[in-house]
Amino acid sequence: MTWEPRPLPSVTPETAPYWEATADDQLLLCHCTACDLTYYYPRSRCPDCLSDAVEWQEAAGTGVVYSHTATELVSEWPEEALPVVVAYVELDEGPRVLTNLVDCDPADVAVGAPVEVTFVETGADLSIPVFELRE
Amino acid sequence: MTRDQTAYIAGAYEHPTREAPDKSIAQLHADAAAGALADAGLPSGAVDGYFTAGENYQVGRYPPLAMADYLGLDVSYFDSTDDGGSAYVNHVGEAASAVARGKCDVALVTLAGRMRTYEPDPPEHGDRIMQENFEEVYGGETLPLYALAARRHMHEYGTTSEQLAEVRVAASQHAQYNEHAMYREPVTVEEVVESRTVADPLHLLDCCVVSDGAGAFVVVSDEVRRGIDRETVEILGHGVAVDHHDAGRIDLTTTAAERSGPRAFAEAGLDPADVDYASVYDSFTITVLQTLEDLGFCEKGRGGEFVDGGTLQAPDGELPFNTDGGGLCSNHPDRGGMTKVIEAVRQLRGEANPEVQVPDAEVALAHGTGGYLGTRHAGSTALLGRVGR
Ligand SMILES: [Zn+2]
Repeated sequence: MTWEPRPLPSVTPETAPYWEATADDQLLLCHCTACDLTYYYPRSRCPDCLSDAVEWQEAAGTGVVYSHTATELVSEWPEEALPVVVAYVELDEGPRVLTNLVDCDPADVAVGAPVEVTFVETGADLSIPVFELRE
Repeated sequence: MTRDQTAYIAGAYEHPTREAPDKSIAQLHADAAAGALADAGLPSGAVDGYFTAGENYQVGRYPPLAMADYLGLDVSYFDSTDDGGSAYVNHVGEAASAVARGKCDVALVTLAGRMRTYEPDPPEHGDRIMQENFEEVYGGETLPLYALAARRHMHEYGTTSEQLAEVRVAASQHAQYNEHAMYREPVTVEEVVESRTVADPLHLLDCCVVSDGAGAFVVVSDEVRRGIDRETVEILGHGVAVDHHDAGRIDLTTTAAERSGPRAFAEAGLDPADVDYASVYDSFTITVLQTLEDLGFCEKGRGGEFVDGGTLQAPDGELPFNTDGGGLCSNHPDRGGMTKVIEAVRQLRGEANPEVQVPDAEVALAHGTGGYLGTRHAGSTALLGRVGR
């Protein structure tokens, strides 16, 4: 499975470490050393206290489904990429991340189901973190 | 002399079109502006305040300037706050504040959109910015982002597809009396839940229409109000709030209405029980259900039971809503907030379609939800009242 023809992210200096880590199958979160918040999506200042004392933290990559939908429509996406399961996964570290659930029958997905991260390769120097159902 | 700080809506106009392939967006703004000013009985030269959300810059760069130029306005106050569909409800509050401070006396607010017949070029690769890179990559756009909210609400509170369908049923009952509505045929709960699943648990009929359209209203000072013949509507209170991803703590079952509503009610000195008619943003049925809970019309999580059994149906339901058929059946020209304000004005003037006119409507609420329940959105609540109620 490759990611294309689905869209690729635009990598900026602010988010480059996050995307570079995906090439090594690592999911990174941000951790604020000033107030101890672990947050997602990555950004240079902590959204709770605006400190820039922020370090990258590797996530365990496991969590549970917080919500999910199998959508038949996504603008500009080709038919072969649909339907896609769009989900929020609540990571063990706390943050709820918007993602896709892959390699699953949408009928098997349920709120609370345990999931783990997997990485889909792209034609670029980054992979896309998505999740699959865990036994 | 102390200025009377109350502001009033003196004119309102909804363009009858739902499909306007041969009209520019600026032209639709102008049609709506002319309609609202004519309704108020005011000449365009009287306008000294102008509010436009800009609708994604489809009128050109710097929307308030482009439109002031096009409309020939000489304004002492303007604003282009754009929070999506709720912007026009926001503009009620912003225009009222500007009038209260003496910045302007006749504020014009316009909307135009061509969601149905105008397809802007898709953004080039590389145009995604900031958090979009963590959303659009996964297909995180409008439809699935609302479906995620619906799923979570069902999980936490036991809300059912049939209960969501009741919202569409009520809107369709109202739409049959609106000659301009896109869909005038009443539908049943069965028809809604048996319509195609587009992003489970949402069905096609849980979604609003896609229309071209335009609308406008005029907010005036007390002094101006006294000089015109048309029945005006008093702006009683207003509140806004933003709900967002919150660093990963997002709660998909609540909306910004939870905070914008109490702010508006406090300013007006009113409670939900005082509301005779409610225009509630209806991009999707779930938007209505969550908003009703968050505005305090029922307990959190009980929205499904609340809307069951005709609660929202005019004229006799406990809380008649969206009597024009709303965004679900009548009109949603890219953004739905404008029609929310206009129908509230119609109800307070006693000018809604007769079959759905709420008897003696004295207090109306208009609520806009702009953005996405699934990531970030604005809530904007306006409370309007019949003058001398
Ligand atoms: Zn911090």
